[in-house]
Amino acid sequence: MTHPPHPALFDNPETGAFWQAAAQGRLLLKSCRACGSAHWYPRAICPHCGSADTHWQDSTGQGVIYTFSVLRKAKPMTVPAYVTLDEGISLFTNIVDCDPDSLRIGQRVALRFIDGMDGTRLPAFAPA
Amino acid sequence: MTKHPAHIVGAYEHPTRLASDKTVAQLHAEAAKGALDDAGLTFADVDGFFCGNDMPGIGAFALVDYLNLDLRHIDTTDTGGCSYQIHVAHAVQAIAAGKCDVALVTLGGRPRADGMSTGTAVRPGHPAQPDIPFELPFGNVILGSYAMVAQRHMHDHGTTSEQLAWIKVAASHHAQHNPRALLRDVVTVEDVVNSPLLADPLHRLDCCVITDGGGALVIARPEIARNLARPLVGVRGMGEAMKGQNGGRVDLGYSAIAAAGKRAFDQAGVRPGDIRYASLYDSFTITVLMQIEDLAFCDKGQGGRFVMDGNLISGVGRLPFNTDGGGLCNNHPANRGGMTKIIEAVRQLRGEAHPAVQVPDCTLALASGIGGSLGMRHAGSVVILERE
Repeated sequence: MTHPPHPALFDNPETGAFWQAAAQGRLLLKSCRACGSAHWYPRAICPHCGSADTHWQDSTGQGVIYTFSVLRKAKPMTVPAYVTLDEGISLFTNIVDCDPDSLRIGQRVALRFIDGMDGTRLPAFAPA
Repeated sequence: MTKHPAHIVGAYEHPTRLASDKTVAQLHAEAAKGALDDAGLTFADVDGFFCGNDMPGIGAFALVDYLNLDLRHIDTTDTGGCSYQIHVAHAVQAIAAGKCDVALVTLGGRPRADGMSTGTAVRPGHPAQPDIPFELPFGNVILGSYAMVAQRHMHDHGTTSEQLAWIKVAASHHAQHNPRALLRDVVTVEDVVNSPLLADPLHRLDCCVITDGGGALVIARPEIARNLARPLVGVRGMGEAMKGQNGGRVDLGYSAIAAAGKRAFDQAGVRPGDIRYASLYDSFTITVLMQIEDLAFCDKGQGGRFVMDGNLISGVGRLPFNTDGGGLCNNHPANRGGMTKIIEAVRQLRGEAHPAVQVPDCTLALASGIGGSLGMRHAGSVVILERE
């Protein structure tokens, strides 16, 4: 699948640290000191309680498939999914290195970085 | 005394489904003229205007100048395909507040002539949209987003592809009577589930059509509406809502229509069982199923069973829906199906639907819309309309 380049997408003051960590194989989440909740996608202001006291934390990278589809006509065939991390929040991602026909909701998956756009690395997941 | 703060006095669905020979502005203008003619009004009567982002340009600048309107009230709220339910609601509020007397709502576009792959092509979005870096690189498409909702519904409630297929079957039974419908052939459950699997669990025939065209509505204050020759269709209830990913606490088990519908029913003072006809947004079969549950036409999780055996077919089932063939078979102009939902509801209330699908003594109807992407972030809006 080809995408138009977006030079400003990954190098911005709010989430640039996320992509720098991703390049080193780390999945960062934003978490809030005021309410103790993690959130997704990362923001400066906590979407749960409105506090600006948010900070980066490393994710376990472990979770389960909340739901998925298989884009049969995409080249290559793509598996969009929501994965619910053990931290309790869900993120939109892809399931990779799998037999799409054997996937099921609730299945355990683990973080596996893949190549993204503009030289970035993307947090995808594969069956654990 | 009147029981409704404003009435829909004009409604017009552009007859084209392929507009290679027309511009987008022209489609808006032809739809507007059609709706004003239907009402017995003219462009000079319009003092309130509503449009979405389907008209290129910043807000309404280009279109208002193109139509040469002299306005007191402008509203360019855009919530994708359900913008038009919200435009009707906001027009009623503006009229009730004395901000305008005659509101015009227009839609136009030509995705089919322009070769757009609405559901299956990645849409780049704006680089400043905060979710884009976290979603676009994963090959996110509209179809996949709705498919993930369907997959989860099947997991939670045991819903089947055959049950979803009944929604398309019902739409096709209605479309056979609509000479302008893009797809007029009656299809079976087997036809739907045997059509190509595009995004598990959705098949090609679970998807709506891609068509050019448009539509328009005219809403007027009661004193004006009563002096026009058309049957009176009052706006009795309105509701709108948005739903996203809730900061990562994702729950795809319900849509924004749950909140929007409750607001509309509460304002109207009626219950789901009072609705005689429902126009339900039908970008995909799962879109209809979710709304049937979220509008409480049945219990959550029972939508699959509810739609089976022709229960949505006019003259057969309990809840006649989308009697023009809907977006699934008739028309989904400019990728925005909310407008045609309202237009068919107006036809039903006026008694002007095709005789084969007209609901007898149709006094109370609902038109719903879902704009955006059901599995990612979307808006829902509902209007409840009544024949006076």
